[in-house]
Amino acid sequence: MSTILIIEQILNGLQSGIMLFLMAAGLTLIFGVMGLINLAHGSLYMVGAFAAAAVAGATGSFLLALVAALAAAALAGAIVEMVVIRRLYKAPHLDQVLATFALILIFSEGTRWIFGSFPLFLDVPSYLSGPIRLPGGIQYPLYRLVLIGVGLSVAIGLWWLTARTRIGIQIRAGENDREMIAALGVDISKLYTIVFALGAALAGLAGALVGAIQSVQVGMGEPVLILAFVVIVIGGIGSIKGAFIGAILVGLTDTLGGIFLPQLFKLFMETGAATQTGSALASMAVYVLMSLVLIWRPTGLFGARA
Amino acid sequence: MSEAVLETRNLHKSFGALKATDDVSIDLRPGEIHAIIGPNGAGKSTLIAQICGGLQPDAGSVHLSGRDVSGLSTAARAQAGLGRTFQISALAMEDTVLENALLGALGQSGRPWQFWRSAARRTDLLDRAMAALDRVGLLDDAEQVTANLSHGQRRQLEVAVALTLGPKAFVMDEPMAGLGTEGSKTMTTFLDGLREEAPILLVEHDMDAVFALADRISVLVYGRVIATGTVDEIRASKEVKEAYLGEEA
Amino acid sequence: MIRESYINWIVLAGFLVVPLWALSADEPFTITLATRAVLLALAAVGLNIALGIGGLVSLGHAAFFGLGGYAMGILAHHAQTFTPLELGMFTIAGTKSMPIIWLTAIIVSALAAFVIGLLSLRTTGVYFIMITLAFGQMFFFFSISWSAYGGEDGLSIYVRNGFPGLNTLVPIQFFGLCFTALCAALFVHWKLRKSPFGLALNAARQSPARVETVGLNPVRLKLLAFVISGAITGLAGALFADLNRFVSPTMFSWQLSGELIVLIIIGGVGRLMGPVIGAALFVTLEHFLGAFTDFWHVWLGVILLLIVLFARGGVVGILTGKAGPHV
Repeated sequence: MSTILIIEQILNGLQSGIMLFLMAAGLTLIFGVMGLINLAHGSLYMVGAFAAAAVAGATGSFLLALVAALAAAALAGAIVEMVVIRRLYKAPHLDQVLATFALILIFSEGTRWIFGSFPLFLDVPSYLSGPIRLPGGIQYPLYRLVLIGVGLSVAIGLWWLTARTRIGIQIRAGENDREMIAALGVDISKLYTIVFALGAALAGLAGALVGAIQSVQVGMGEPVLILAFVVIVIGGIGSIKGAFIGAILVGLTDTLGGIFLPQLFKLFMETGAATQTGSALASMAVYVLMSLVLIWRPTGLFGARA
Repeated sequence: MSEAVLETRNLHKSFGALKATDDVSIDLRPGEIHAIIGPNGAGKSTLIAQICGGLQPDAGSVHLSGRDVSGLSTAARAQAGLGRTFQISALAMEDTVLENALLGALGQSGRPWQFWRSAARRTDLLDRAMAALDRVGLLDDAEQVTANLSHGQRRQLEVAVALTLGPKAFVMDEPMAGLGTEGSKTMTTFLDGLREEAPILLVEHDMDAVFALADRISVLVYGRVIATGTVDEIRASKEVKEAYLGEEA
Repeated sequence: MIRESYINWIVLAGFLVVPLWALSADEPFTITLATRAVLLALAAVGLNIALGIGGLVSLGHAAFFGLGGYAMGILAHHAQTFTPLELGMFTIAGTKSMPIIWLTAIIVSALAAFVIGLLSLRTTGVYFIMITLAFGQMFFFFSISWSAYGGEDGLSIYVRNGFPGLNTLVPIQFFGLCFTALCAALFVHWKLRKSPFGLALNAARQSPARVETVGLNPVRLKLLAFVISGAITGLAGALFADLNRFVSPTMFSWQLSGELIVLIIIGGVGRLMGPVIGAALFVTLEHFLGAFTDFWHVWLGVILLLIVLFARGGVVGILTGKAGPHV
């Protein structure tokens, strides 16, 4: 196997990990600040993708499509938070699971109602399509590199937001002590709506960006949602840093496992069986990774220890 | 020292820079009530957690009837004979009073793996549970749902559950908390008689109760035992007055 | 308000009356619908032991449902293709006999529940929910990529498996078999709830600290509950696959795990008949709303949302006026 292939696959893993981070960051922020487990986060990803596909179809502008994705997801998030989610902050986890599961049903079927069951397509704009030549002679799709860049910028932006800004301080205070922050005169329910909308916007952005390399369809959010859960369980719920490292780990494991495990099994099995065993095991690799992390640290890599 | 039922030897526990337990060695002798007092944040809860198994000490050991139980889980320590009551009632609130007492009896029997027999037909458990409820005066409320009990009754039930275990030593975390004057009196009388059955390590804020009950008192300040002695010795101690009683008065 | 035991008997009777009526009116499809409801109920009765008594919010019970389904699918597939099943050192023949298939389904899902439970119970709360969900997905993706048994397309079984003395191809006979299994599972739940184990498990849900303090290990209690729960859901999976004569990765899907919880919540968490009432309503809604609109899941979502926000305790809670166990 050539070095070029390996580097390519590592880049692919990074790219999918970074997109997972956009999802996981919102989930972990929402859990860390509000204590809410939000299954409907995948629906917001889908909303972003559909909004982007619709706007791109109407205007032909990819940038406008991204803006639409951010706005639609943030708006959907804010509405959902105000109508349903805020009634659930003090509810048991089971209620949160059920109510957000109900939201998935409503979002998915509602989207099917409006857009139909056929996938939509969102094209990579011409100025971002095609391969680019990397040092060492590797040809790599420009768009995927852009995704990595966008994701990294968002990660840096989030770090800056939580560590350096007023709202970040409020968010971190809200994690520790609701009453104190309310006593400081911060409007807690407004803060929660903003945090939820921010998480939703990140999910919507991820949906739109990934929608351009996959198809945009109902149900696209749930597989990503579950991987994002794996990410935040590995990273430690509530930790943005954990979400970042967990996302990269999961992205790399998922991508590299799918390529290298079948190759690995070919060393001592016949080709057909090796491909089958290898790809079956690769599909489970991230979950095995998660179990190993949990055996080692039950609250994840960067989670608060119970 | 060898006669101690329950004993901690040089317990240490730190949380970062904070020394929550600093070289604590206390013992509980047969037939006595040994009270632990100290201002809030002195490390009483942390100490209890290490004795009962909720927290592992950084160093030092816990001994029950001469046996080192430091490595045992909470459940194993309970089976070894540690009867604990909680400061904030940790009862099964949806269950009846009797069911809570039955749970204690079931734990004492060590045989929870029965799936086919009705718990209500295990007469051995039932007798034990009823006897404990009777002793704390809750027999008439046996069929009540625990959530409907008054605060004082919940404290009584806490003690009843500990009784069903037939422990070698009791560890009681503020059994008087939230009881009125009347309730405190009743509880004091009850605990007074209980010490003959098994000695009690009593963490308590209610000084009247402590002075009425304790054979010995240890004073915990900033994680350290600054004095151990009889009620009179503690009352007379200058250090204690400065560190603790003086503040409260 | 109505006593819970009355409700229980009425529901059970209803489950017998509807198919018998359908039999006399020659409506075999109604019998099939009733069988579907019975099997979803059976799967949820299994989950209810972990969820309702033990407080374990498992979002991965489809793993056991699917394992039961594939236990049936794989054994029957080898029987109908006359190929032996190679298991490392052992080679066994496939089978079309329900009792053997059921036993296999129960054992396999119990073993899986033991391993998943052992790992997942290291955690609590949200972590537990997410981890069980992830384990469910692990089986889902494995079944998709394991092409020997149909991969994504699943496995078709041409003739329903047999049970000694019965003709399982007759809908009402198969219904009777499934209904008996449901009654047996309900009996297990009922006995368990009243047993010393049930007492301890129920207390472990409410106050793990209390259970430890009386000398019992709450994690072991919950693990055993999880295993029993998984085994029952696995049996339901085997029967469900037999009802459809088809298994596919969708039996492992997390939506199914979610739906099982939904059934329980609609009916009433921790109530003996909660899952049964929930399944009956679910299948009825699915049938009638499904005929009415293609988008019936929207309405299911709305109903569910209303129940969570305004009617804790589900149908049994509303009818008896008692909120029931808190999970």
